[in-house]
Amino acid sequence: MAEFATLGERLAEHGISRRAFVKYASYLGSLMALAPEVSRSMAAELAKARRQSVIWLSFQECTGCTESITRSYSPTLEDLIFDFISLDYHETLMAASGEGIEHARKEAMAANKGKYIVAVDGSIPLKDGGIYSTSAGQSNLAILEETCKDAFAVISIGTCAAFGGIPKAKPNPTGAVSVADIIKDKPIINIPGCPPIPEAMTGTIAYLLAFGKVPELDHLGRPKAFFGDNIHDRCYRRPFYERGQFAKSFDDEGARAGWCLYEVGCKGPVTYNACATTKWNGGVSFPIQSGHGCLGCSEPDFWDKGGFYVPLSGSVGPTAKLVGGAAIAGAVAGLAAAAVARHRKSSLNKG
Amino acid sequence: MDLLDFARGPAINVAMAVLVFGVLWRLFALLFLGKPVDRTIPRLGTPGPFWAGLREIGRRMLPHPTFATAERFAFFNGWVFHVGLAIVVFGFRPHILFIKNLTGLSWPALPSGVIYAVGAITALSLIAALVKRITSPVQRFISTFDDYFTWVVTIAPVLTGLAAVGHVGARYETLLAIHILSIAVLLIWLPFGKLFHAFLVFLSRGQTGAFLARRGV
Ligand code: HEM
Ligand code: SF4
Repeated sequence: MAEFATLGERLAEHGISRRAFVKYASYLGSLMALAPEVSRSMAAELAKARRQSVIWLSFQECTGCTESITRSYSPTLEDLIFDFISLDYHETLMAASGEGIEHARKEAMAANKGKYIVAVDGSIPLKDGGIYSTSAGQSNLAILEETCKDAFAVISIGTCAAFGGIPKAKPNPTGAVSVADIIKDKPIINIPGCPPIPEAMTGTIAYLLAFGKVPELDHLGRPKAFFGDNIHDRCYRRPFYERGQFAKSFDDEGARAGWCLYEVGCKGPVTYNACATTKWNGGVSFPIQSGHGCLGCSEPDFWDKGGFYVPLSGSVGPTAKLVGGAAIAGAVAGLAAAAVARHRKSSLNKG
Repeated sequence: MDLLDFARGPAINVAMAVLVFGVLWRLFALLFLGKPVDRTIPRLGTPGPFWAGLREIGRRMLPHPTFATAERFAFFNGWVFHVGLAIVVFGFRPHILFIKNLTGLSWPALPSGVIYAVGAITALSLIAALVKRITSPVQRFISTFDDYFTWVVTIAPVLTGLAAVGHVGARYETLLAIHILSIAVLLIWLPFGKLFHAFLVFLSRGQTGAFLARRGV
């Protein structure tokens, strides 16, 4: 591929007008709720952005995250930005294989020392020496540590990289952990989701390219621009929740009428993501709109939160056993107390 | 495990176990204590103990005419927060689902908006009860730690529930966790403090009624 000095030049080469690009940049800016002037400067900065070296590492993952980003809304633009940044190393997308590409990774690291971004999808297995996922004979842990050493920042793409995700679900057979469990000395941006919304990935990358700094993050390391909203607060079914109109199964009258999905397990109230606002496939729909409750996939350990179809307001744990045991113990203690009191009374009466 | 996981898992489970243990312990200890033999002869023409008990329970739903004016506030306010609590606890869909998850029982819910309004009235009513307790010299004199602590654990779930739905002060999941933890405290305290009247109030009034009827009072 030919080298282009800036992203603007590369886009121009592909016949993307400045106008279209500014429009796209302000679309991203508005998704991120940036002030109009910041949005405008993001467009300008983005056009001037130089090629950013990104090394993409894939660990214990399903490739859904890559699928998501490569099928994003405005494919030409996003593909171009994606191409523009990602070319140094991506096991799934690159054509080359073997020793050569490991060499390419090391070369990119040396050439962009301190400036390259590491994107990770997938969790890292630690159990049994990390044998559950390796590439080029190296464990994921070794590759991650080696690659992040001279990085500028790390982006954890998807819930697996951000929080351990499905590989970490109980009983976590591979001892899977997140990137942040291992890398402690670099800025880490978490873009969780199973998969994440493409705009959350490209928007964050665009922000990094334009401003050269990490966007504002929440307490779980997620860009506030995309993960600041509670699904339940932004859900178009919320009026049904307030009116107490709940679907009781997936094909009852309530479900057909589009009522709230709380009773069939929706985790919207405790989930933060842009699904209810940005939606998917260019704003076409999102899971709740298509009739299924939110799974909470952008939250840590979403797989182990008591069940996707169990309403949020249920206790989690061995309730029946515990309460049953307590009932028996309570009854026995009560009977014993009564017996002691009777005994004392009768001996008092005698005495 | 985050705070919400802790609240919905170990905290609420242990609290429910303590509640069940405590309630059965106290009820069994009381019911199997055995009554002293009453050697008096029951008055003729009085209702049996069961009906007398029921009558007493009904009669005490309203204050005695002698005290009607003096007790107007306590009577009215007492009904407001008791009914309010019942509506909030048993009329809100998430609460019903919690009970359904435990027992399989379910019933229709009230609109959430009604719950928020009733919740706010309940909170105000409970605050009024506390103000009355503190400002009335007699009531303050007979109040113990139990009364104040019971007030705190009763109003806490109402305030935290309202805070959670209104997102006041913290993120929803944090507020929800605090709501559930406040309920855990309530459940644990219930068998051991004055809240136990929830289980004893009709028992003791019925017993009093039966006792008085036998004497023809
Ligand atoms: C106006 C007052 C209240 C409001 C607005 C309120 C609101 C809520 C909400 C929104 C939930 C949702 C839980 C979820 O989505 O997971 C909840 C759960 C719950 N609330 Fe309340 N609540 C109130 C008062 C109370 C009171 C007085 C009690 C009991 C004494 C109570 C007991 C519970 C219980 C047991 C749960 C289930 C906990 C769980 O999720 O495991 N609430 N409440
Ligand atoms: S469907 Fe889910 S997110 Fe939407 S209002 Fe109901 S509970 Fe909230």
